[in-house]
Amino acid sequence: MNKVPNNKAWWLVLPMFLLVAFSAIIPLMTVVNYSLQDIFDQNTAYFVGVEWYQEVLRDTRLHDSLLRQFGFSFSVLAIEIPLGIAVALMMPTRGWQASAVLILLALPLLIPWNVVGTIWQVFARGDIGLFGWTLNNLGVDYNYTSNPLDAWLTVLLMDVWHWTSLVALLCYSGLRAIPDAYYQAAKIDRASRWAVFRYIQLPRLRNVLVIGVLLRFMDSFMIYTEPFVLTGGGPGNSTTFLSQTLTQMAIGQFDIGPAAAFSLVYFLIVMLVSWLFFTTITHMDKSDSGSKYDQ
Amino acid sequence: MISRRTLGLVIYLIFVLLPIYWLLNMSFKTNEEILGQITFWPTNFTFDNYITIFTDATWYMGYVNSITYVAMNLVITLLVALPAAYAFSRYKFVGDKHLFFWLLSNRMAPPAVFLLPFFQLYSSVGLFDTHLAVALAHCLFTVPLAVWILEGFMSGVPREIDETAYIDGYSFGHFFIKIFIPMISSGIGVTAFFTFMFSWVELLLARTLTSVDAKPISAIMTRTVGATGIDWGVLAAAGVLTILPGILVVWFVRNHVAKGFALGRV
Repeated sequence: MNKVPNNKAWWLVLPMFLLVAFSAIIPLMTVVNYSLQDIFDQNTAYFVGVEWYQEVLRDTRLHDSLLRQFGFSFSVLAIEIPLGIAVALMMPTRGWQASAVLILLALPLLIPWNVVGTIWQVFARGDIGLFGWTLNNLGVDYNYTSNPLDAWLTVLLMDVWHWTSLVALLCYSGLRAIPDAYYQAAKIDRASRWAVFRYIQLPRLRNVLVIGVLLRFMDSFMIYTEPFVLTGGGPGNSTTFLSQTLTQMAIGQFDIGPAAAFSLVYFLIVMLVSWLFFTTITHMDKSDSGSKYDQ
Repeated sequence: MISRRTLGLVIYLIFVLLPIYWLLNMSFKTNEEILGQITFWPTNFTFDNYITIFTDATWYMGYVNSITYVAMNLVITLLVALPAAYAFSRYKFVGDKHLFFWLLSNRMAPPAVFLLPFFQLYSSVGLFDTHLAVALAHCLFTVPLAVWILEGFMSGVPREIDETAYIDGYSFGHFFIKIFIPMISSGIGVTAFFTFMFSWVELLLARTLTSVDAKPISAIMTRTVGATGIDWGVLAAAGVLTILPGILVVWFVRNHVAKGFALGRV
């Protein structure tokens, strides 16, 4: 759409800008401030420059936690994106079934995150939970509170349960936007089901998939509440992801300086990965619909 | 082929519903039955857990608090996001692209690490433990999302309509309220749904910024861990009650929700 240059439009944006800036910039500046100082109490603080940054970049605990975080986020994406596409392809297209499936799929997304944790905490327990009880009765030695692998898999399964719907609903709306003429042309060409998916549906899903991958990456990378409620980060450190390590540093040990320094590194990592992904995707095929994003 | 697809979908939906079924099942049981044996249907069907919640002010005020700050957040978000989204969809102005990117980048800030500054900021302006504090803090992620979705919907309205209205002598405010807003009402509905959803499910900020008067229900739920162990039945009932508002809201926007999930962009 052609847009008219008009700087008076700033007046329309201004209230929004002030509101978001209040909640975004002031806390961010506070974190920057912490990250450069050694704070003993309210009135005693020394400027230490980049010392905290050097310290946290050498901290092996943070390295481990960062690696775990990447492993978790990639597992999440590797499962949720294909599964979400598959579910979207299976969804009915019209009638009451379509509405019913939409609402059922949206359910996990509408549950407060700590309640999601509670639901799985109960559901996966061996003594009172259906899932853990069934596994144990089938002869699988499953206990998410003592076995690190079980705990990790439970957190992963919980995330798949919680968020695959988002990918599925995104893809569903992408599929609905494909004109019928495409399918008719494919029918005339006697295209196989796979060919229809590969050459018609998948390319048209690209835009929504970009949104889906970005949202899932950002949210899984910042996951905190659900594993905190479910496993508390344990057993050991097996499900202690980055946000939780940082919260332990900042609030548990009052290492505010290093925690603030690493928060900013963390923020930069999220931005960098998102930006890299976004630029690669939009440059991979510029002639296609990448221009949709150049607002 | 059709039946295989349906079968796959049914299996996935069962996977989605099983944990929720289990929670619902537990909420109608007594603690003895929950801890005693696995039963797939409550043998002693009881509403006691729900009665506990609805008769105890410390419990039900949690729902009132949650709904209050979510509603406040919704109103604030729509008030500031509507004109901003209009500006983004219609005009070029200095710094527009940077501003848009900055807005979205707020979604990339890990909330867990900004808790302490948030706490200090809202304490220093005297808003700690008020509904307004939580509503304002949630604007950090609801406003960018709302602007993004609304911009998508607004760009679908041809600008000839604006121009015709101005030629007909409408002032901007008059046009915006009388003509433009009704035209994108489904977009506003979807935006409201998403704003509600993200504010309702968030707990970390809400819990940090409140202590007594504005404490959200999801934080009160931790109370069930008592000296005698966890009161599983009440915990399950409280969990079920947090799901209900979501179902109610998604029902109203069910026909537009798919488009909304694609942020109005397909």
